[in-house]
Amino acid sequence: MNYTFDFAPVFAAWPTLLEGIMGTLRMSSLSMVFGLGLGIIFMMMRMSGRPGLRTVAVGYIELIRNTPILVQVFFVFFGMPAIGIRLSGEQAAILAMTLNCAAYAAEIVRGGVQSIRPGQIEAGRALGMHTADIYRFIVFRPAIRAVYPALCSQFILLMLNSSLVSSVSAEELTYYAQTLDSQTFRSFEIYLTLGVIYLALSQVLSAVLSLIGRVYFSYPTK
Amino acid sequence: MDRSSMSDKTIEMIGVNKWFGPLHVLKDIDLTVARGEHIVLCGPSGSGKSTLIRCINHLEEIQKGAIFVNGTELGPQGNNADHIRRDVGMVFQQFNLFPHLTVLENCMLAQRRVRKTSVAEARDKAMRHLERVHIAEQAAKYPAQLSGGQQQRVAIARALCMDPQVMLFDEPTSALDPEMVKEVLDTMISLADDGITMICVTHEMGFARAVAHRVIFMDRGEIIESAAPEAFFSNPGHERTRAFLGQILNH
Ligand SMILES: Nc1ncnc2c1ncn2[C@@H]1O[C@H](COP(=O)(O)OP(=O)(O)O)[C@@H](O)[C@H]1O
Ligand SMILES: [Mg+2]
Repeated sequence: MNYTFDFAPVFAAWPTLLEGIMGTLRMSSLSMVFGLGLGIIFMMMRMSGRPGLRTVAVGYIELIRNTPILVQVFFVFFGMPAIGIRLSGEQAAILAMTLNCAAYAAEIVRGGVQSIRPGQIEAGRALGMHTADIYRFIVFRPAIRAVYPALCSQFILLMLNSSLVSSVSAEELTYYAQTLDSQTFRSFEIYLTLGVIYLALSQVLSAVLSLIGRVYFSYPTK
Repeated sequence: MDRSSMSDKTIEMIGVNKWFGPLHVLKDIDLTVARGEHIVLCGPSGSGKSTLIRCINHLEEIQKGAIFVNGTELGPQGNNADHIRRDVGMVFQQFNLFPHLTVLENCMLAQRRVRKTSVAEARDKAMRHLERVHIAEQAAKYPAQLSGGQQQRVAIARALCMDPQVMLFDEPTSALDPEMVKEVLDTMISLADDGITMICVTHEMGFARAVAHRVIFMDRGEIIESAAPEAFFSNPGHERTRAFLGQILNH
């Protein structure tokens, strides 16, 4: 083996990599927020008394969870222009990841809502509160709290999976790494560094999420 | 039908029937509760006591009969349920405090969302009622940090914050350790002394003697007997009542 390792070109490209990190964080955090919001809507449809809404939600969730995320990304970016929806790489990436995240979040949050004792909802009703208020002020926080670790794992997975959107030229970390590779041919060094950066991002995201968890979703329990 | 003129009747149940699937849990219940009246409801487990009071604020639907609260008819599908729930407070066996909110926030939430009270006013009223149940000093704590008896007193204060005209209690002391029963019963006795209308499902016969105007005995979905406590305990008219009293008083 006579390969000489040379990380210098990789480190020299740090502004590009930093831009990639920002792209990854921007696209995945937006997708998490939108995905959680949309997921809660699907969860409510899934749990509603109307069979029509339930069927739509179940169909959607099953469709997303049983097809590859890369296919979903390709469909949004390459497929949707056929019906007149033309998106930039980044827009398509955020939309596809939001749609993907929503299906998983819907199922996770449903587990949380089902863990709430009926007495909580009855107490809200007995106090005269409307259903929407009961879900917003009584059910939401304890439900999210109950499934918070699962939700965080899903968010971290989403951030890692965001490397796939480089394939539709969304300018995130992997996209820039590939560009750098084609310029320098330092594949070993580049992808090793890339791996280390993703590892660090996971750790940071995990720390941020657990801070959010401690501030918004924790309270004393026995 | 206008019943607002009959203001001495706070609750009126007429021929109320309820089924859970094939199970007939309430059979032709007729019950009138006068303003300021205190009723203790007792009977064996599964006789329909909880279901009966839960129909009054429409936590359960009835299939037949009519229920009026303050002259407003509660339709079988829950028409007017919102209106009626404003007048009816409820205290549950399991307290059902909101675990993610402090004691104070538990008492403020419905005031804010239902009555649209300002924060300052809601807090004032919450503190007043927390003082009334002697727990104001715990206002900043979370439910899990309180004992069962303290939690139940907070639950009572939370209900009172909505200015109910009627309070429903569903075995409020059954989930408590024995040493905490008294503090909750004392709170309820002081409410009774203030003249609020109440229906209380309980087997605390000391409480019944102290505050009840009427003790009602239910069995298998029917009201078997209804009498003033003196007569109820000393001279029950029905064999089933006697058997039941024998059981609960002997242990
Ligand atoms: N949600 C429900 N679904 C089906 N059956 C129920 C339900 N709630 C209560 N029951 C049944 O109705 C009967 C009366 O219950 P309940 O009113 O809770 O009795 P009590 O409070 O006197 O112990 C019991 O046989 C109980 O099993
Ligand atoms: Mg009961």
